[in-house]
Amino acid sequence: MFPTPIEKRSAAVRNSYQALVPFALILWLLPLIAVAVFSIRPDADFANANYWGWPSSFEGVTNYSMVFFESDMPRYLMNSVLITVPTVLGAVALSCMTGFALGVYRFKGNLWVFFMFVAGNFIPFQILMVPVRDLTLDLGLYDTKTGLVLFHVAFQTGFCTLFMRNFIRALPRELIEAARVEGVSEFRIFWYVVLPLMRPAIAALSVLIFTFIWNDYFWAIVLTQGPDSQPVTAGITAFNSQFRAMYHLMSAGSIVAALPPVAMFFLMQKHFIAGLTLGAVK
Amino acid sequence: MSMASSSPSPHGWWRRNQQTLAPALFLAPGVLFFAVYVIFPIFQSFNLSLYEWDGLGTAEYVGLRNYEDLYWEWVDRDAFYTSLKNNLIWLVLYLLAIPAGLFIALFLNQNVWGIRLYKSLFFFPFVISQVVVGLVFSWFYDPTFGLLNTILGWVGLGPINVLGDPTLVTYGIIAAGLWPQTAYCMILYLTGLNAVDPEQIEAGRLDGAKGWRMLWHVVLPQLRPATFIAFVVTIIGALRSFDLISVMTEGGPFGSSRVLAYYMFEVALSEYGFRMGYGAAIAVVLFLIMLCFIAYFLWSMYRDERRG
Repeated sequence: MFPTPIEKRSAAVRNSYQALVPFALILWLLPLIAVAVFSIRPDADFANANYWGWPSSFEGVTNYSMVFFESDMPRYLMNSVLITVPTVLGAVALSCMTGFALGVYRFKGNLWVFFMFVAGNFIPFQILMVPVRDLTLDLGLYDTKTGLVLFHVAFQTGFCTLFMRNFIRALPRELIEAARVEGVSEFRIFWYVVLPLMRPAIAALSVLIFTFIWNDYFWAIVLTQGPDSQPVTAGITAFNSQFRAMYHLMSAGSIVAALPPVAMFFLMQKHFIAGLTLGAVK
Repeated sequence: MSMASSSPSPHGWWRRNQQTLAPALFLAPGVLFFAVYVIFPIFQSFNLSLYEWDGLGTAEYVGLRNYEDLYWEWVDRDAFYTSLKNNLIWLVLYLLAIPAGLFIALFLNQNVWGIRLYKSLFFFPFVISQVVVGLVFSWFYDPTFGLLNTILGWVGLGPINVLGDPTLVTYGIIAAGLWPQTAYCMILYLTGLNAVDPEQIEAGRLDGAKGWRMLWHVVLPQLRPATFIAFVVTIIGALRSFDLISVMTEGGPFGSSRVLAYYMFEVALSEYGFRMGYGAAIAVVLFLIMLCFIAYFLWSMYRDERRG
């Protein structure tokens, strides 16, 4: 293990390490902690310039119920869910198939199709912006959740294919060969042999794509406007202009907007990290 | 639909050819979607960059004039080169996330009580949307109540208005961007460190290597895959920077924090006007810059594929 395990060091070193870690963590999360503290302060504290002193009262419940009952925030959150979940399902379904095709079969141009997906995944969004917006307008899907979902599914298929194909490549090929010898059809091999083995990859990818899409801002402002279809990342700016300079509410709103992927991360931590670090170890 | 009636057993025909047909069928939906929404639009943007178009009327062919306008800055003074310069600053400084992430990973790579929770909490900024990171840092930098100036005040410095100062603003935004990016690099390295071969470490110790020398000669070579991914993701992230700029400054003050990604959006879709062709030209420039890196990444992947 590197660096030298702390248990092998003197007691003094061990104790100072134990004290240093929480201190470093507080320093690291300081900007966020500040916002969390803001979100439970009363309005009066900001009027009296009591920004960092002890709060004159604790208004966490009031502030957060304002966010949930007196603003469009619940609608934006709902939109985010209705955009994110179908995207995850669509992108994972498509990439299970493309990943299977590219990972299992040897055919001419296999690597080129694969590289098309990989390269597409790295390009700047701006080069797609005008054509994709036009396409969405032409389809009559501008300012709808469907329009956003269709684009996200298509774009995420690039990353998901990279992920799935590499995962399938690492599976034992003998299983597939054995099934073929038995005369099992290719579709049954996909469905009954490979798909069950892909469960960990599907879980990791779902969590990851959920976070990516939930946090998307660019496409949300390019393809939608207004509370009927905008997700929470775009909605938060509207929320902030509604409560301009009311920092306690803006802080509470931001925390609410950030929470779902955070919850997802803490609940599915193993899958999340497995997904992010795929390829980081050989 | 394949006129199967002419063959004696349609099932047999399928059976004989399924090895070649199956991959095409499995690929079709994904490739179709990707082609319509990603590949084809790239060419459309290239084409559009040769036109002048307000998004509604008819487009007028202008040849390379959009690019000339960019090169000579005839339309927006100091916009293109400021953006380009800022992109370069982003690219260089964003890479600091890699050593910073490695440093935190080394710091946290211990087995003490509660370390798993600490690791997750350190990783936390990466999970938050960039929009919220932008808001959090805007308030952190705020000259009247921001925590930064409060702390500077304690040591008798400040106040500084980071986001209002044209010379500081880009660095302020990059610092905000480094926060989640460092967290990401940290998690890559933590996973990498887990897989470092303990025997090589022991062998290194016996040879008297420790500290820096051990890190450089024994540990880092084993972390190469993690470093490669960290590079890819950080470079792409730096060139894609948009959310933070949009939320924190909208390119200001006086356009001093623009990058190409934001400038393009501003030109094509904001109150600035709907200059789609001009915007497409900016997007093409950004695309060509990224293409250099994409080509390099693909080439490395290709080498690995050949080897393995």
